[in-house]
Amino acid sequence: MRIVVGKGSCGIAAGANKVAAAAESYLKAQGKEMPIGVTGCIGMCYLEPIVDIFDDAGVQHTYVKVNEASIQTILEAELAGKRAEAYLISDEDASILQKQTRIALRNCGIINPENIEDYIAKGGYEAIKACVTTMKPEEVIEQIKISGLAGRGGAGFPTWFKWNAARNAKGDKKYTICNADEGDPGAFMDRAVIEGDPHTLIEGMLIGAYAMGSDEGVVYVRAEYPLAIVRLTKALEDARAKGFLGKNIFGSSFSFDIRIKAGAGAFVCGEETALIASLEGERGMPRLKPPFPAEKGFWQKPSNINNVETYANVPWILKNGGAAFAAMGTENSKGTKVFALTGKIKKGGLVEIPMGAKIKDVIYGVGGGIKEDKAFKAVQMGGPSGGCIPAELIETIIDYKSLAATGAIMGSGGMVVMDETTCMVDMARFFLDFTCKESCGKCIHCRIGTKRMLEILTRITEGKGKDGDIELLEELANQIKASALCGLGQTAPNPVLTTLRYFRNEYEDHIYNHKCTAKQCSALITYEIDAEKCRGCTLCARNCPVNAISGNVKEAHKIDQDVCIKCGKCMSSCKFDAVHKN
Amino acid sequence: MKINCNCVQASKTALQQQGIDPEKMEDVLSHYADKEGALITILQQAQDIYGYLPVELLNYIALRTGNKPAKVLGVATFYAQFRLAPMGKYLIMLCKGTACHVNGANAIEEAICDTLGIQEGETTADGLFTLNNVACLGCCSLSPVMMINGETYGTLTPDKARSILASIQQKEAEAK
Repeated sequence: MRIVVGKGSCGIAAGANKVAAAAESYLKAQGKEMPIGVTGCIGMCYLEPIVDIFDDAGVQHTYVKVNEASIQTILEAELAGKRAEAYLISDEDASILQKQTRIALRNCGIINPENIEDYIAKGGYEAIKACVTTMKPEEVIEQIKISGLAGRGGAGFPTWFKWNAARNAKGDKKYTICNADEGDPGAFMDRAVIEGDPHTLIEGMLIGAYAMGSDEGVVYVRAEYPLAIVRLTKALEDARAKGFLGKNIFGSSFSFDIRIKAGAGAFVCGEETALIASLEGERGMPRLKPPFPAEKGFWQKPSNINNVETYANVPWILKNGGAAFAAMGTENSKGTKVFALTGKIKKGGLVEIPMGAKIKDVIYGVGGGIKEDKAFKAVQMGGPSGGCIPAELIETIIDYKSLAATGAIMGSGGMVVMDETTCMVDMARFFLDFTCKESCGKCIHCRIGTKRMLEILTRITEGKGKDGDIELLEELANQIKASALCGLGQTAPNPVLTTLRYFRNEYEDHIYNHKCTAKQCSALITYEIDAEKCRGCTLCARNCPVNAISGNVKEAHKIDQDVCIKCGKCMSSCKFDAVHKN
Repeated sequence: MKINCNCVQASKTALQQQGIDPEKMEDVLSHYADKEGALITILQQAQDIYGYLPVELLNYIALRTGNKPAKVLGVATFYAQFRLAPMGKYLIMLCKGTACHVNGANAIEEAICDTLGIQEGETTADGLFTLNNVACLGCCSLSPVMMINGETYGTLTPDKARSILASIQQKEAEAK
């Protein structure tokens, strides 16, 4: 028998370490001590903590939502050769993995990320060996070109083109950089790859470095991802010990090593020239392109920057051939894409699907639909740079072109699902609040324009919107788009523009009718007590912080709207569902 | 760059008067002070040592690395990670990412601010709690989420957040 506990950040947050400790002490008490294995995130975050038990015949039994108590029941059954049926994964949940095509995530949640032998057993480091010993750098780039792989960080720029430009750039020193500064709120694909399968990133960077003629690599990781840094550090040490990193790799003249640089928390550092400034110890402020980093990047040397997921696909492509990758997807978007499915979704987590699937397939097929079976309203894709795609476009195909046509973008893969209780004006305000804070301040339109847009959106959600506000928002949005230097500024207005395009009526409702249909903007809602349902238990009156509720015991209560501060405590405390929001 | 020894000594004295021992980061400086592009790394390690970056320390780092104080302050204030004021014993990192926002992070923030009597970015008078909002902790499926000193608390409700804080307060009161 072998026990493996899923220990990605989300598993640990859900209590995986406590479960592992409980398992250990239970086994010790039973005199059956055994090592407890570790794996990364399988993507089914809503089922964490997940424990896999492999019986002596090697058959895997997956237990979900395990806690310190249930692990004992599970182990007791397993030690007796039985199953603890109540805690086994359901067939429906188990089928979620079959609905996916996992390339970047092929080893996540399966191998032990802290053991290089696990990665090697899955065919790891064979692709780089084949590249170094049997292929010319040009041939490697050719395979990437055939694969159609495009940058998974958001922009979707063809990877082979960047590699080729860096290869052809003049200079004896070239840098291979990985952007793991996943700052997009609601996205955690890169974290899962580094935590669950760090060697695929290392191998992807090795292949890139070989193709470009680079001997030094840097991974720029968010400091907010401590576990990712720990696992990557260990993986780098192990790869060095095996001779996969260092001098004369596989006996060739190719030498390459990688170091980690911890970012310090700035969304704009996802932009490549800002990332380079940050690597050089400066404020992370973007600069004009050209020159592109492929010509003048880190320390003015030719540099190539790709995101984690892009590199994670590379070993698979070289092993299976570019054509196998290109066989998946649509005409303009090849391969698969990882999405972080979150928000008002039943089965949130990480999913990897072939390009060309429909948004509906992801939300209803893999994600199981909307929480509490409420109505699906919109999905936000591409984070603060992206946009909201409304329910009527749920059949939209997931590829770079189709998503761009909706006004959203593929982005790095955040997919935040919203239901009827999400206010779209508030959503736009949320993203502008984010980009306004994260604007580096270099360009006036971005620095001041986002601030003004945020002020307008705030006053609309506070019920103080004015005639002309919508037009002013549009004017500002278009000016910022036209005049900002970098991607952050150019895309910052997108959440406003897309919500205006698809949910203009909500803006108008807020401004002209003083109404928030989603009942989220507290200035525009009232709490009322249904006299029929109220039993006069006085609980709401006792919980009200401003004594706005009056009424005698066993008689219907009433809220004084002039005093009410709309905190909602009456509604959450009522046991008879008598308080309503209007 | 030639460093004026009097300046360094004066800067050290200023730090010592604040109860900050500059010798604690001597290893870091001897390793990184001359390395190009290492300023962020130096600041990160200094913050690990002292818990925060007082302005006097930034001035000292500027002197030792040959940077202008304005540049060091500029870098320290650019990145969200750096703190210029000391923090409480418990650092509450409240996630305000998209998924948490959609699932009610604002109500959690109100509950925390109400209970502790502080605003985002502030520290309680007893030095116990600091509240910082962060963009995304990456545990979106557990949203809304907060992290207190590295421990994650998920699927929060305002009541749950209040009782988590209360249990820490109680634990601290008993320890006294």
